[in-house]
Amino acid sequence: MTIKVCVPRDAAALSVGADATAAAIATAAQLAGQTIQLVRTSSRGMFWLEPFVEVETASGRVGYGPVTAEDVPGLFAAGFLQGGAHPLAHGKVEAMPFLARQERLTFARAGLTDPLSLADYEAHGGLRGLRRALGMAPTAVVEEVVASGLRGRGGAGFPTGIKWRTVAGAPAQPKYVVVNADEGDSGTYSDRMVMEGDPYVLLEGMAIAGYATGASFGYIYLRSEYPHALAVLNEALATLRARGVYGRSVLGSDFAFDAEVRVGAGAYICGEETALLESLEGKRGMVRFKPPLPAIKGLFGQPTVVNNVVSLASVPIILDRGGAHYADFGMGRSRGTLPIQLAGNVKRAGLVEKAFGVTLRQLIEDYGGGTRSGRPVRAVQVGGPLGAYFDQRLLDLPLDYEALAQHKGMVGHGGIVVFDDTVDMAEQARYAMEFCAVESCGKCTPCRIGSTRGRELIEKIVRGEDVARNHRQLLALCDVMENASLCALGGMAPWPVLSALQYFPGDFGLPEKEPAHVV
Amino acid sequence: MWSELRDLREGQDLGTPPRGGEPVALVVDGKPVTVPAGSSVMLAAATGRCPVPKLCATDTLEAFGSCRVCLVEIQGRKGYPAACTTLVEPGMVVTTQSPRLHELRKGVVELYLSDFPKEDVPGGWSELHETLQQVGVTGHPYGQGENHLQAPVDDSNPYFLFDPAKCIVCSRCVRACEEIQGTFALTIQGRGFASQVAASQGERFLDSECVSCGACVQACPTHSLVEKSLFEGGYQRAQSPKA
Ligand SMILES: Cc1cc2nc3c(=O)[nH]c(=O)nc-3n(C[C@H](O)[C@H](O)[C@H](O)COP(=O)(O)O)c2cc1C
Ligand code: SF4
Ligand code: SF4
Ligand code: FES
Repeated sequence: MTIKVCVPRDAAALSVGADATAAAIATAAQLAGQTIQLVRTSSRGMFWLEPFVEVETASGRVGYGPVTAEDVPGLFAAGFLQGGAHPLAHGKVEAMPFLARQERLTFARAGLTDPLSLADYEAHGGLRGLRRALGMAPTAVVEEVVASGLRGRGGAGFPTGIKWRTVAGAPAQPKYVVVNADEGDSGTYSDRMVMEGDPYVLLEGMAIAGYATGASFGYIYLRSEYPHALAVLNEALATLRARGVYGRSVLGSDFAFDAEVRVGAGAYICGEETALLESLEGKRGMVRFKPPLPAIKGLFGQPTVVNNVVSLASVPIILDRGGAHYADFGMGRSRGTLPIQLAGNVKRAGLVEKAFGVTLRQLIEDYGGGTRSGRPVRAVQVGGPLGAYFDQRLLDLPLDYEALAQHKGMVGHGGIVVFDDTVDMAEQARYAMEFCAVESCGKCTPCRIGSTRGRELIEKIVRGEDVARNHRQLLALCDVMENASLCALGGMAPWPVLSALQYFPGDFGLPEKEPAHVV
Repeated sequence: MWSELRDLREGQDLGTPPRGGEPVALVVDGKPVTVPAGSSVMLAAATGRCPVPKLCATDTLEAFGSCRVCLVEIQGRKGYPAACTTLVEPGMVVTTQSPRLHELRKGVVELYLSDFPKEDVPGGWSELHETLQQVGVTGHPYGQGENHLQAPVDDSNPYFLFDPAKCIVCSRCVRACEEIQGTFALTIQGRGFASQVAASQGERFLDSECVSCGACVQACPTHSLVEKSLFEGGYQRAQSPKA
């Protein structure tokens, strides 16, 4: 009997030698006279175990990791093709605590399928959402997404269904679907995992968005740092066209849809939706003022759905199982699940898809296993480089848009970066301003000049120059940046700075405050 | 030396181009104002004689929203919308002067001055100086920091010169070149703090696609782009009294 062995082809797995591991497994099998079916799958998102090899046995998949090419002969000797015991063995993959306690909806296929096999995709629930949508009126599709409570996973958390309603209601034609695949937040990789590991779910979500809003063309604006995703997406698009899923007649209906990938130019600000649209139009990636919203006047002045990769990749399961099913997960106004990306100083870095409501502490301790250094957690940044830093006292906050916003934190794209007690928070604050000074589009003054002045003020405070006056000036500057900037880059760059000042004043040489009751 | 320029300007700059829509009635600083639909709050305020300070806006160019000194308060809206990019709506209630608006505008203008030759602040005449006066700012609290004060003057064009030390990167020149002249010779190069006006691909004006029409010079609110004929004996940067 042919044994199926899975080795991920995700870029994170490749970066630690997955190709060499796969080759070693093929060679060893040949030497042993074993016929195996070696499948290059997506990743489960347990990055500390990559390259993570799975063997299909009668009782389910058994996992081994991290498996380097050198480990392979030993694994064969231990009978790993039959799920044999070995120090690198983790037993049944589905039963591993990191995975067993997740609620994987958007990432239901992660680690299971060959990303480019459409048959595999359909065998695991693929295209069911699109088929169901095509049998509904477009407005009913929009309302299904409204009912799901899905909010944008790119950062701003705007309800996706409401955005679609605006585009659907705009009379102008043509309309566009634009996927924001610029994924620039520090420590985030869920968009990349979707595009490399399950490209059809994104393309299916785009077609549903097009059908619901009356758009027949889509663009994926992909960050230039993702060459593997580019190759996978282009191949997936070609397959969908060849199989009649994309093209003049989507799945035999009279709805036409096609899309193409455009590669960005490596600027953080091009993730901001209006700068992204400028860049797609071939111009300098400079922020536009709003309104008009892109939903009314977007790409080339036409009504445009701009959605994040994960937002759109969550749509097929919403159409397949119904908005109510998705909305059953979560808390408050944060419905459904969020693919959380653990990064930074954490023992088990990886993807955790959970319903909203899970606390930061659960994520960092139960899933992440605490810090990699073994030292205490001192600070956590949630939601990318513009999110506030939280200290220990805030770790019991639930992951929820409103709860985090109360403390100037944000869900953002779901990135959580952990720091231990060796972190210098004044340096982190300085870096936040420097990041803004480098990445600002340069259009508006509070951000363009303010970020540099902010960095200088922090440097002066740390050097002990005229501390009280410079501290006061820094607070005044943050106020101007927050309230006078054109977009959220300048408007939120003060958040990490102000939170660092609030929770870690000692790092700036400022007097420590009374430990306030903050939650 | 700027008196000629001052005389050249006729009428009031309404900030954004006139529109021809149906009349819309709103209230600015307690006064009723009626302007055509499609007009900006800035135009309405100017019409009602409550001019809002501005730098990046002028009524010969489309609104851009970059300088952030025109912030106002609008009843029922969060934050401080820019008057130039916000369109009027029937019944809107706009406030153009308040201690909070003053604080924010002052904060923004101080940032400009932190990267502007201080010798050119007193006694100068330009739209920037007008705005400084309107906001009531003469200096800034930041001390010496990173700046563009040493960036070289480009005097390659026979008719005008570009002194980047005085440039506030408002993009009016870039937009004038595009919108009025249709030439696209100017652009903003670099990102963030490094953003600077550049001709074509960072060439000298003379070697660029510039056709010397002067639209950019006329649009410039700081005289960073300025006619050479105004300077007898050649352009010299103002010297600090100490140096
Ligand atoms: C500075 C800045 C950077 C951003 N970067 C990204 C990004 O990399 N990816 C993304 O999806 N959204 C990003 N956003 C948010 C987008 O502007 C926009 O809200 C999002 O694409 C809308 O899609 P969604 O509703 O599906 O989240 C960024 C916003 C700002 C202000
Ligand atoms: S806040 Fe920064 S990034 Fe946003 S428009 Fe202003 S300069 Fe550009
Ligand atoms: S040269 Fe003048 S018009 Fe052009 S950006 Fe600078 S200040 Fe504005
Ligand atoms: S005049 Fe409105 S932002 Fe510059």
